[in-house]
Amino acid sequence: MALLNELAKKKEGLVNGHRLCPGCTHPVIMRQVFAAADTDKYDIIIAAATGCFEVSSGLYPYTSWNVPWIHSAFENAASTISGIEAMYKVWKRKGRTNKDIRFIALASDGGTYDIGFQALSGAIERGHQFLYICNDNNAYQNTGNQRSSATPFGGSTTTSPNGKIKFGKEQPRKDIVSIIEGHHLPYTAQASPSNWRDLMNKVKKALDVNGPTYLNVIEPCTTGWGFPPNMAIEIAQLAVDTCVWPLYEVINGKVVINYKPKKKLPVTEYLKPQKRFAHLFKKGNEYLIEEFQKQVNAHWEWLLKREECGIEYGTTKE
Amino acid sequence: MGKKVALTGNEAAAHAIRQINPDVIAAFPITPSTPIPQTVAQFIADGEMDTELVTVESEHSAMSACIGAAAAGGRVMTATSANGYALMWEMLYIASGMRLPIVMAVVARALSSPLNIHGDHSDIMGGRDTGWIQLISENSQEAYDNIIQAVKIAENKNVMTPALVAQDGFNTSHTIEIWELEDDQKVKEFIGEYEPLYPMLNTDEPVTHGAWAPPNWYFEHKISQLKGLLDSKDVVEKVGKEFGETFGRHYGLYEAYKLDDAEYVIVAAGSVCGTTKDIIDGLREDGVKAGLLKIRLFRPFPYEELAETLQSAKAIAVLDRVSPAGAQGGPLFTEIRSALYDTQSRTPVINYTYGLGGRDTQPKHINSVFETLKRIVETGKVEKQFDCLNLRGEWR
Repeated sequence: MALLNELAKKKEGLVNGHRLCPGCTHPVIMRQVFAAADTDKYDIIIAAATGCFEVSSGLYPYTSWNVPWIHSAFENAASTISGIEAMYKVWKRKGRTNKDIRFIALASDGGTYDIGFQALSGAIERGHQFLYICNDNNAYQNTGNQRSSATPFGGSTTTSPNGKIKFGKEQPRKDIVSIIEGHHLPYTAQASPSNWRDLMNKVKKALDVNGPTYLNVIEPCTTGWGFPPNMAIEIAQLAVDTCVWPLYEVINGKVVINYKPKKKLPVTEYLKPQKRFAHLFKKGNEYLIEEFQKQVNAHWEWLLKREECGIEYGTTKE
Repeated sequence: MGKKVALTGNEAAAHAIRQINPDVIAAFPITPSTPIPQTVAQFIADGEMDTELVTVESEHSAMSACIGAAAAGGRVMTATSANGYALMWEMLYIASGMRLPIVMAVVARALSSPLNIHGDHSDIMGGRDTGWIQLISENSQEAYDNIIQAVKIAENKNVMTPALVAQDGFNTSHTIEIWELEDDQKVKEFIGEYEPLYPMLNTDEPVTHGAWAPPNWYFEHKISQLKGLLDSKDVVEKVGKEFGETFGRHYGLYEAYKLDDAEYVIVAAGSVCGTTKDIIDGLREDGVKAGLLKIRLFRPFPYEELAETLQSAKAIAVLDRVSPAGAQGGPLFTEIRSALYDTQSRTPVINYTYGLGGRDTQPKHINSVFETLKRIVETGKVEKQFDCLNLRGEWR
């Protein structure tokens, strides 16, 4: 990988002037993505789903995008990029372009886990060349923090609020990476902007695959999660160090865990600084934190076992 | 002169698409338009066209992929019906708002519920305000001719608006008719090359497509879009004329069938016009001044021209193949009546709903409409402003 000072000189795909909240991690992640992309070798085209990032970066008559960028609706980033990629094939075949272009679909958990799920599954199955990046902020943040299927157990949102008789979201998160993995695509991974070198490696790898790839990125949301704007990267790091957000890849079905915390922190370290989990620390709610920890442990143990297993999809050991 | 062929309306649409050879098609099958993507897929498999076919997982994704492909830069087409069209709804507005000249073959069909796969106009009439140009075909020949013309209309730089070409589910889509298939090269020359505006694939000049517009800009966008749609009217006329000069079949905004001196007039769109013309021929032999105003261009609605053609009428019946759904009448009825309000004519206008969910409309039903119109003129009284054709019992 290039040195930091070299990366800093790279032409930015996302420029300043966007209207994201102070402390938002969307632009941080995006700049890491552009820093990772080998833009000397290929150009990038982006299709974005409706969401915080979209409304804050493409507000007529302004744009923060220095690359071709399109938004059309909430649930269709993957089908939109399918159409663009299909047209690219035609342009290549008919000699209208000789450029190497790589395609990125961009959405958050609402546009990925929920309303955009069908379009994403279809696009992966059809095998288009594109990297789908889900900036997972654990709820519908653009409309003001409503629950999604990515909202963690116990998380208080405006549609799964903590109340006198309810404690926030009652269900665990959807394991999107496993579901995507079920498409048996060449490359799926999970990353965090706190571990930027790891994130960049993953982006670089994914963009070099001639087919669909998927990257799930934790996108701490200062307003929705309730933490000070200067803490986003710290929160992301805590998610990684508590194994709430494991950093791993699934390469042709084989699990590779990229980071194993020397000391796996208790989930309370991650939960405590966030207002959405404040009610879990009230007397009498200890069982909820225990349940949260149990869910995190189960997933982490399962990942460790899968890595140990080392089996690739489509290969059998004699 | 083209070659006479005996094929269905769906095959007519598929052949038009083959000759247009669009860069990208994204489609999802739905009865009764399924044979269109099927036939196109076979043409591609046989090397008769080289379109990139994206076999999406839903109609919502079909239109989304069409939007992506069109913004990327190139000719894009699709086909659908009924619930598929309804599932596209959100994206139909977006395609027209983003000024992408996508062309879609719609085989018009009833919307659920109850589930019904047969022909009516519930789909296209429901989508009449989506900002698309809407051309309605009477038969296979028109479906074929209209699809070819739609490409040229939609892509006109003053228009840049998506266009749909409708034909009636089963009545024409699955009926074998004799029609003229033109020479491939001649069609290719007629539609010409398409130079997309601001293609995304030109990465040297990055463009943002689909930025959102707050209250201080949204209005201007929508009115600019409206101008494009309204400007398509002249282009429809111009392209219809060119088409006539090239292929010998002339098209205008509408078709006036024995309308010049007509006193009893039916206004209708789609396959029912064939039956109506047949009845008119018989009535004319008996000296009855009957006529038909066939709607071809429904959006934009050429209200001035249509009202002008109706000035000789003494009584008018508008046939809508869709439920009025609580309005004063069907969409065609309310628009025709509204168009006449600005003229001297105070001719009685009545409305029929017919053919819902594929219900047969036979010569005797059309005859009964003319009988009613005659009675209205004789008595000077309108007994029922709204009625149904071939419905069990009284509608109310």
